[in-house]
Amino acid sequence: MHADARTIARAALLLLLLVTLAGCGGDGRDSDDAAGGETTTAPTSESGGDLSGRIQADGSSTVGPYTTAAAEAFRGVEPGVQVTVGVSGTGGGFERFCRGETDLSNASRAIKDEEIAACKKEGIEYVEFQVANDALTVVANTENDWATCLTVEQLKKIWKTGSKVGNWNQVDASFPDQELKLFGPGTDSGTFDYFTDEINGEEGASRSDYGASEDDNVIVQGVTGEKGGLGYFGFSYFEENQDSLKALEIDAGEGCIAPSVETAQDGTYKPLSRPLFVYAKKASFKRPEVEAFIKYLLDNETQIAESSQYVPLTDEQLTKAKSDYEAAIEEAKA
Amino acid sequence: MATPELTAGAEPRLRAERRRIGEDVVKAVLALCALVSVATTVGIVVALFVPAIEFFREVSIVDFLTGKDWSPLFEPASFGVLPLIAGTLLVTAIASLVAMPLGLGAAVYMSEYASPRARGIIKPAFELLAGIPTIVFGYFALTFVTPLLRDIGVPVDIFNTLSAGLVMGVMLLPTVASLSEDAMGAVPRDLRDGAYALGSTKVQVATRIVVPAAVSGIVASFVLAISRAVGETMIVLVAMGQQPNLSFDPREAAEAMTAFIAATGAGDVPTGSTEYKTIFAVGATLFLMTLVMNVFAIRLVRKYREAYE
Repeated sequence: MHADARTIARAALLLLLLVTLAGCGGDGRDSDDAAGGETTTAPTSESGGDLSGRIQADGSSTVGPYTTAAAEAFRGVEPGVQVTVGVSGTGGGFERFCRGETDLSNASRAIKDEEIAACKKEGIEYVEFQVANDALTVVANTENDWATCLTVEQLKKIWKTGSKVGNWNQVDASFPDQELKLFGPGTDSGTFDYFTDEINGEEGASRSDYGASEDDNVIVQGVTGEKGGLGYFGFSYFEENQDSLKALEIDAGEGCIAPSVETAQDGTYKPLSRPLFVYAKKASFKRPEVEAFIKYLLDNETQIAESSQYVPLTDEQLTKAKSDYEAAIEEAKA
Repeated sequence: MATPELTAGAEPRLRAERRRIGEDVVKAVLALCALVSVATTVGIVVALFVPAIEFFREVSIVDFLTGKDWSPLFEPASFGVLPLIAGTLLVTAIASLVAMPLGLGAAVYMSEYASPRARGIIKPAFELLAGIPTIVFGYFALTFVTPLLRDIGVPVDIFNTLSAGLVMGVMLLPTVASLSEDAMGAVPRDLRDGAYALGSTKVQVATRIVVPAAVSGIVASFVLAISRAVGETMIVLVAMGQQPNLSFDPREAAEAMTAFIAATGAGDVPTGSTEYKTIFAVGATLFLMTLVMNVFAIRLVRKYREAYE
């Protein structure tokens, strides 16, 4: 079925091309309109290069690189479409999304109730797409030869509100006397929300005397530069910097599990594996370039996730995302 | 100077017969130029203080000014600005300790000792230094100076106040050196010649005649340097860390007021919230700090000013 639609689309394009060539010097605008009319019946991403416009995305710095990778690849198909990707944090992204400023909002956690309310108030309707999986990774310095695995309790002891743990030997008696230097995401990051919720038991509850930055590269610099450094961020930042960082295994009571593509996909990396989302504004779906971009993003999910070092969706998750897309298209057309 | 004597009663006929429209236009345009800076200042003060005042309706000003814990974005939030002020003061002090003696030394050398050829090399070098973007200085501090400090055995954190302050001092060097040198260059030749005639050595002339005579200009250069240090953002944002710290230990990471403003203002906090208004409260505090310092400095300059006619 799908292949048939493609063949028809290609044939239609070829025909149009011939018509345009035949009418060389004729009214170009006419043939453009015809092209637009024909291709709406076929998948837009197959039309190749006649879309234009600007897609605004903002949100999580964890998901940002994914959308950026998708946008870069998409440029090869539709050079006329500009996708700008901001990284002001999941919370900051929803803030703008619900004011109607952006078309897409990247999120490293599901939308919160108060954000749903804010969107509702402004009349912004949206569709949620899971685009990848993530294993929130706890990292240490490569010179750290004492810690390979931390329990959830140990992490909580380090990170809970008001914690005064400042040395590795306070984390575990077998660890050496080495100052503990903490780095982590700022409070507007979805990674921060997720980590505090899973580890400290309450979203937003965390000690505050650590090097906090919304920019994950600052955390990388910090942990790389301190022998006793410890930090956490999304899996992709670890993958990018695996030569200069060491990922710690996490023990949630069922033994030590290292973060990896497999453990994130099958959910055994507990409790820090999580879904990553892109939220799309329904109103923007009426614009062919947004529709095409989302389609492209889902069609090429595995390649994009792998090239930008994310954990791809499982087949099941991908099927669900695609059917959500089809439903949204139906609705936009209705 | 010598104005031509005019005979009493004979009004000089310098005024034009007719009003010249062109002149009025020029005057208006020039007045407008002056007005732009005044209006901008007023605008900034209003834009800064209105949200800051709103902030102080929500947070007690006493807590703000005396609190020792700064974590406005965390739960539960705490709004003690002292750690930020400490960060700013410490990095400014370190930068001043570098920039003032080195800058003054360089100025004395260029004004009193350097051959024209040496000046021809040093002056452009300083100008080049003055042209380096501050973000470059920031990464220079983080990726060069901090590792260097560790190599020579100073146990600094990866983000630390010391290397940020040292590099900021180097950044301010040209400001101090060139303004001080200008002031020294303006000291009349007669004064130096007089001192030499009395048998003074070069060092005596430099330290007892030229520097005291140029002191108002030198102080002005110091004040400008301090103001820039207090307001400098990129170096402290990149190299000093973003961790409020009241310890006054230059080896540790700390957060300067400007770094907080830049990091928090980058579009993350919801507009209109208390967290958002902290940016303005910190900005207003910074503004008042520089204002007080400038007023104090102007007094100082007036007091020590030596005028030669």
